[in-house]
Amino acid sequence: MKAFGNTKAKKKWRKRKYNRGVMRRISVLIQKLMLFFSVIMILVPIFMLLTGSLLGKHEAESLLSPVLSKKATGFAQWQLFPLYPTMAGYVELLLDTPEFFIMFFNSVKEVFPIVGFQFLIATTSAWAFARFQFHGKRILFGLYLLLMILPFQVTMVPNYLVLDKLKLMNTQWSLILPAIFSTFPVFLMTRFFKAIPQTLIDAGRIDGAGEWRIFFFIGIPLGMPGISSALLLSFFEYWNMIEQPLVFLKDVSKYPVSLYLPNITTEQIGLSLSASVLIMAPSIFAFFWGQEYLEQGVGDSAMKG
Amino acid sequence: MEWKRKKVVYHKKKRKSEDFVAWQFLLPGFSGVCIFVLVPFADTIRRSFINNVTGKWIGFTSYQLILSNQMFLLATKNTVRFFVISLPILMVLSFLLTIVVKKNLPKESGIRSIFLLPMAIPPASMVLLWKLFFHEHGLLNKIIMEHGGRAMDYMNMDWAFWIFVGIYVFKNTGYTMILWIAGLSSISEQLYEAAKVDGASKSRVFFSITLPLLRPSISMIFILSMVNTFKVSREVYLIAENYPHDSIYFLQSIFNTWFLKLDMEKMCSGAVLIAFVVSMIGAFFLWIGRDERK
Repeated sequence: MKAFGNTKAKKKWRKRKYNRGVMRRISVLIQKLMLFFSVIMILVPIFMLLTGSLLGKHEAESLLSPVLSKKATGFAQWQLFPLYPTMAGYVELLLDTPEFFIMFFNSVKEVFPIVGFQFLIATTSAWAFARFQFHGKRILFGLYLLLMILPFQVTMVPNYLVLDKLKLMNTQWSLILPAIFSTFPVFLMTRFFKAIPQTLIDAGRIDGAGEWRIFFFIGIPLGMPGISSALLLSFFEYWNMIEQPLVFLKDVSKYPVSLYLPNITTEQIGLSLSASVLIMAPSIFAFFWGQEYLEQGVGDSAMKG
Repeated sequence: MEWKRKKVVYHKKKRKSEDFVAWQFLLPGFSGVCIFVLVPFADTIRRSFINNVTGKWIGFTSYQLILSNQMFLLATKNTVRFFVISLPILMVLSFLLTIVVKKNLPKESGIRSIFLLPMAIPPASMVLLWKLFFHEHGLLNKIIMEHGGRAMDYMNMDWAFWIFVGIYVFKNTGYTMILWIAGLSSISEQLYEAAKVDGASKSRVFFSITLPLLRPSISMIFILSMVNTFKVSREVYLIAENYPHDSIYFLQSIFNTWFLKLDMEKMCSGAVLIAFVVSMIGAFFLWIGRDERK
């Protein structure tokens, strides 16, 4: 105990304690600053898009055309808050701009079947991996894992060969079908299905339920958090498809809305901010709808099954 | 009578084989995987060894061709460069963030989910802001010029590479942080308590307990982050469109070129090559992350 003894040691001890206290306070301050800046950095883009979308077509065009059109000169500008906020951009985009509308609908036509069918296909596969032992299980799961990490450059060639043979190139199916059989959701859902207590399953078996009934009435309801988070991640993934449409679709009229901005025409530049918000809207809605599942679902993928 | 010594065999109680049931569930997904990936990939391998017009066997010619192709080498070099630079940055930054968030933001408040927002913002929406800022006529240059500096066309210089590193980190830090939090949570508190009782210093605890037990999580985070580096091609296309600068010329760009020309041999051998390398890397990290506790 340094409390007694010569005063020099006591003073040194007190100073050390004081310094440590100061350092702790500085570290806490730095941490809070870090958090503050991170959150700001995340929210600022959303804020900018939202306020910018209220700018009104001509104002937006004059601010943005230096960076969006090839011919404009001068620099882009930005206005923190629109002087005359207006929803005109949205109205024009939704009612008067067929290109946008068609592309938006294409996205919907692609993403919803993908997520819907993934629900059927991935849950069954994940259920098999989670609840049953069978020959070749580890190899197969390893294969699924491998398929999950292969980049598009690898899978695009086999996909193209099949789609071409099936004469599905340049159709929405060329995007939907390969996506349905993606192994990533299987991987995510397996973990959740594994966590279902065996007792519940046994109870079902005692009651005489067949495997499929167990799957439908016990497995799926209890695995809903995992299923939801997997499908949510899929939604984000496919709502933002870029490479697949570029390769598999030829007609711009079939493009999903994620490709709207690169293909925007000069008259529509003023609408690009509103367009960005509209493209973002379904994603954000989905995010808030599934927020509680998302964190848990993402977290679980860190722990190898 | 001689009782024959019964050979005692110690083996697991043999379970009734669940193969039949399991495959009932697997069949839908697996048949799709076969049809759309496995079988055509076998075809891809085959095609990488033949001339796709005449059908003649050409052996490794195509592989030799692409490995001496300037653009392919550039794309590969950039992809590797991106991988080697962004991944550590992402992992360290997200880990630091994890520590800060874990201590200061409680789980129940749900506020941690804010960090997942960048994932929900479509690149298509963000691209406008990226362009606004980094374009030759964009805001960054404007600010620089107003302060007397020289405006530069960032998207057409080496800087472009670093811009995309930034975009990648921005997009994935929150996601990776959640992965870290999950990994950290899987380490039982008791171990930390025991270490505290034993009087271990903070760094000792970190290096001897936390890090080794995080190994499976680290490997998985690594793999998932690797998958995300390939997705940067999306932002590259959105911002730089069809003619990206050399420093951001990634693999997807050259595959697009080959696809437009329907250069099957190159595409096939390229795909096989990349598949091989990525599989090796993936297998390596899976092996590193194997859970010996089981």
